[in-house]
Amino acid sequence: MTDSPRRYLKPSVFWSIRQGFPRWLQPILIAASLIVPVLIWSFLSYGGYVNPKFLPTPTEVISTGITMLGDGELMVDIFASLGRVMAGFIFAAIIGIPVGIAMGTFYSMDSLLGGFVRTARYMPIAAFVPLIIIWAGIDEVSKILIIFFGIVFYNATMIADAVKFIPNETLNVAYTLGANRLDLLRSVILPATLPNILDTLRVNIAGAWNFLVLSELIAAQNGLGFTIVRSQRYLQTDKAMFCIVVICVIGLATDFAFRLAFRLWLPWAESKMS
Amino acid sequence: MQTTFPTTLSSSFTHAEPKLEIRNIVKTFGVGKDAVTAVDNVSLKIAPNEFSCIVGPSGCGKSTLLSIAAGLTRATAGEILVDGTQVPGPGADRGMVFQHYTLFPWLSVADNVAFGLKIKGMPKAEQKHKVAYYLDIVGLSNQAKAYPKALSGGMKQRVAIARALANDPEVLLMDEPFGALDSQTKEQLQAFFHDLWAKTHITVLMITHDVEEAIFLSQRVFIMDRNGQIKKTIPINLPAHRELDMKLTADFLDYKREIVHLLR
Ligand SMILES: Nc1ncnc2c1ncn2[C@@H]1O[C@H](COP(=O)(O)OP(=O)(O)O)[C@@H](O)[C@H]1O
Ligand SMILES: [Mg+2]
Repeated sequence: MTDSPRRYLKPSVFWSIRQGFPRWLQPILIAASLIVPVLIWSFLSYGGYVNPKFLPTPTEVISTGITMLGDGELMVDIFASLGRVMAGFIFAAIIGIPVGIAMGTFYSMDSLLGGFVRTARYMPIAAFVPLIIIWAGIDEVSKILIIFFGIVFYNATMIADAVKFIPNETLNVAYTLGANRLDLLRSVILPATLPNILDTLRVNIAGAWNFLVLSELIAAQNGLGFTIVRSQRYLQTDKAMFCIVVICVIGLATDFAFRLAFRLWLPWAESKMS
Repeated sequence: MQTTFPTTLSSSFTHAEPKLEIRNIVKTFGVGKDAVTAVDNVSLKIAPNEFSCIVGPSGCGKSTLLSIAAGLTRATAGEILVDGTQVPGPGADRGMVFQHYTLFPWLSVADNVAFGLKIKGMPKAEQKHKVAYYLDIVGLSNQAKAYPKALSGGMKQRVAIARALANDPEVLLMDEPFGALDSQTKEQLQAFFHDLWAKTHITVLMITHDVEEAIFLSQRVFIMDRNGQIKKTIPINLPAHRELDMKLTADFLDYKREIVHLLR
């Protein structure tokens, strides 16, 4: 008999993998993850270790922000950007959701659309910006198109994958209850993927903000991305940083709204959102 | 073999026009060298009101055969007939209960049971009546509004059975419906299902790997072998009225011994 020592899993709190996590530790770690960067920022800026032109102090950023909010121009920027993001996002949902469901449901559609959609996902949208401007001009349409093309292919592929994760049994049981293909789409596939659709949109709206800034880099008169670029020209790092904070806050708010919608509309679903 | 109990049902099975006929079904997966024949020329006639089970070692082709009978898998050869008419695909005439993922998680228990009725376009009032009736039968009236995630495994299977029955299928097909349950729940459901069958006399073809379950519920047990063929058909001549204690009787154990030996 070999005398190999018995090995046991060592208990751990911090490194626990699905073995329970103490409730009190969660807020502490979340707070730390947010406070530590601010501390580093404060240390570098208040301590005078970097040129204040490059890195303003938190108080400077906040006071600049208050002035910006005060003179009303920031609100114009916020609404301009919000409008572009929403328009691009909604069009990408209107096209991406049905295309994704079709791709996930029908083999034929997966071949017909999937080849294009999956390839298009790898096309760097930034490289298309000059072309989009040539085709669609420099007004709102091109900005919305950049956001639209930036996320629509992700919407479609993520939703197609969600449809493919519906267990065969779920579809088969519907057939044996007399469902035809239209019934299956409407009464099984759509409701079954609704949680994933909501989740996909929630993830990809973050992408929409990325592409917004890209779209406002070129030929814009207003918007948060535009203001960030203009601030760079005048070395107004405090303004740029406040705009970034505003984008973060809007992002968190939409994230929260999606989570709330998920909980209210889909009480049956078991959320594993992150 | 033994058989001392007179049963009216099982003796008449072979003469009646079959409710479900599985005729010369062959199913081969893959091609060339990798081809696997999962079902090899199986023919079965299931009589109206009959409860029959297929038992066989795992991987012998039971699920494939049932799926073909339901119209969910296309056979390589052979045909499926319901009431003497060949059926081209799945339909509400052959209800199905699976082992897993049986309920629609986005629908309440009542809406799950109503699923097939809604598709048929049954009037709302009639739907409601029918759902209430079948939920009462499976003892889940109090859970009507609950979502599946709040139910235990046994309750989920009862809902799945209620949903299949509410749709008035000609034949009920079940693929190891109690296979994922603990032994106590399983026995409860066996007794429950036997009583249900005794009341409704719905035609059932069920797959199980539990020999006792097969004997307890069936009028006939089909033994499938590793070649994907039906090796033997065993009529179960036990009293029509059955209780769980019957599993301990000498006659029952004789059947069990015979089947267990056949499966070896
Ligand atoms: N979709 C499939 N593709 C290839 N082989 C399959 C497929 N489905 C089943 N098989 C094979 O057919 C045989 C029978 O499977 P199955 O009907 O599930 O057996 P059982 O239900 O009796 O356990 C197995 O050898 C299995 O590997
Ligand atoms: Mg099986």
